[in-house]
Amino acid sequence: MTKKVIEASHAIAIGARLCRPAVIPMYPITPQTHVVEQLAEFINNGEMDCAMLDVESEHSAASAVIGIVAAGSRAFTATSSQGLALMYEVLPIISGMRLPAVMAVANRALSAPISIWNDHSDAVSARDQGWIQLWVESSQEALDAVIQGYRISEDKDVFMPLMVCFDGFTLSHLFEPVDVPLQPAVDKFLPKFKPLYKLDVRKPMTFGPIGFPNSFMHFKKQQQEAMLNSISVIKKVNREFKKAFGRAYGDGLLDLYKMQGADYAVIGMGTLCGTARVAIDRLRKKGKRVGLIRVRSLRPFPEKELQSAVKNLKAAAVIDRHISLGQEGPLFTDVRNAIYCNDISINSYIAGLGGRDITVNHFEKVFNDLEKGKQRGEWLF
Amino acid sequence: MPEKMKFNQGAVVTEPGSSRKYKTGAWRIFKPRIDQRKCIKCYQCWQMCPDAAIRVDAKTGKVWIDYDYCKGCLICLTQCPVKAIEKEVEKK
Ligand code: SF4
Ligand code: SF4
Repeated sequence: MTKKVIEASHAIAIGARLCRPAVIPMYPITPQTHVVEQLAEFINNGEMDCAMLDVESEHSAASAVIGIVAAGSRAFTATSSQGLALMYEVLPIISGMRLPAVMAVANRALSAPISIWNDHSDAVSARDQGWIQLWVESSQEALDAVIQGYRISEDKDVFMPLMVCFDGFTLSHLFEPVDVPLQPAVDKFLPKFKPLYKLDVRKPMTFGPIGFPNSFMHFKKQQQEAMLNSISVIKKVNREFKKAFGRAYGDGLLDLYKMQGADYAVIGMGTLCGTARVAIDRLRKKGKRVGLIRVRSLRPFPEKELQSAVKNLKAAAVIDRHISLGQEGPLFTDVRNAIYCNDISINSYIAGLGGRDITVNHFEKVFNDLEKGKQRGEWLF
Repeated sequence: MPEKMKFNQGAVVTEPGSSRKYKTGAWRIFKPRIDQRKCIKCYQCWQMCPDAAIRVDAKTGKVWIDYDYCKGCLICLTQCPVKAIEKEVEKK
């Protein structure tokens, strides 16, 4: 391994390169652009044996993924915000056709007002479309999650596409030291893609046919089973990744920090967890029993793991970087649902929308609220 | 629908040409009927039928309708330049 100081976008591009996709359909959008540029550089320099499809929109990029994977090849793409929104029609088609693929999403707010900055509204809004979602916190994890992602997505018990969600700007443009795995190690970890069915003129098949009312539900049930299978596959791949590369991210689904003996915890996704860690370190020095539960996998949602993680808590706070308008923070909804039987109080906070800073002070306030027994969360401005 | 349903992953149909087993004729409300005496064999109906349900007899060149697949859209009737196609209500 070689250590390099690179931004997460570059790390994602390296991760993709190491996985040897055959074709990359791409449409650039801020803040994902550096991923595309870097991949174009790799291909141009002959460092990557791959075709780049310069498509006319994100809808086309996602549609091209269908063709590439159906033909039996590995595909990679990346997008953000409105781009993901434009792909929306195709997202459930890729998952419904059970086509494994990895897509990096540089999380950015959805308009309006126009915002190029980070929040989680883009990918969280797409959570029901049959894509596994891994939410990462660092550049290192961004790279690693792409490699893990293909292993998970192409597992014979899964065969579902996967998004690597990384915070736009806050992470995508952040330079950090990253251990870059060597190609032979990745080749060993990630075998060649073996499709179950593929398009072949010598053996014609129909992909994407109509599902009548007497069959449609059966296919949805298969997808749900595949998603539930992915829970143990994500854990297994995380363990094997540690053996191969010396790094793991919690159990693959949840990443816990200072939860030993904690009375209070914050629950969140992405880079805000890095800020939470700093706040927790400070508060721990003052003798406060506080910790962090980072949700790494939003889909599948790790219900059992969460129930055991919160078991000894007095109270928890969920920090959502998205608001389901007319309801509440969607992560809060999922968490409350999962820990319904755990008798702890839980508050919902909305923070960091459209690139608004989430600071250490915010977390100190949240922990203070929990300690005081405050029963309601709020919007953190 | 095929008698025994198989749920291949991703709904992939591994057996080519299997849509023949799906008899869309059951959808029909109106049934087109060709009057061979008026027909001038222009084959516009054959060309326009969205279900390829109009067939041409290789020997005689006459058009006929495969009612297993004709779903009664009546595009053929609209297209026919000499009004050789009539419709009747399908009796089930
Ligand atoms: S009614 Fe429609 S489906 Fe039937 S033969 Fe005419 S064009 Fe074809
Ligand atoms: S369109 Fe009318 S005239 Fe032409 S082939 Fe068909 S039935 Fe005959």
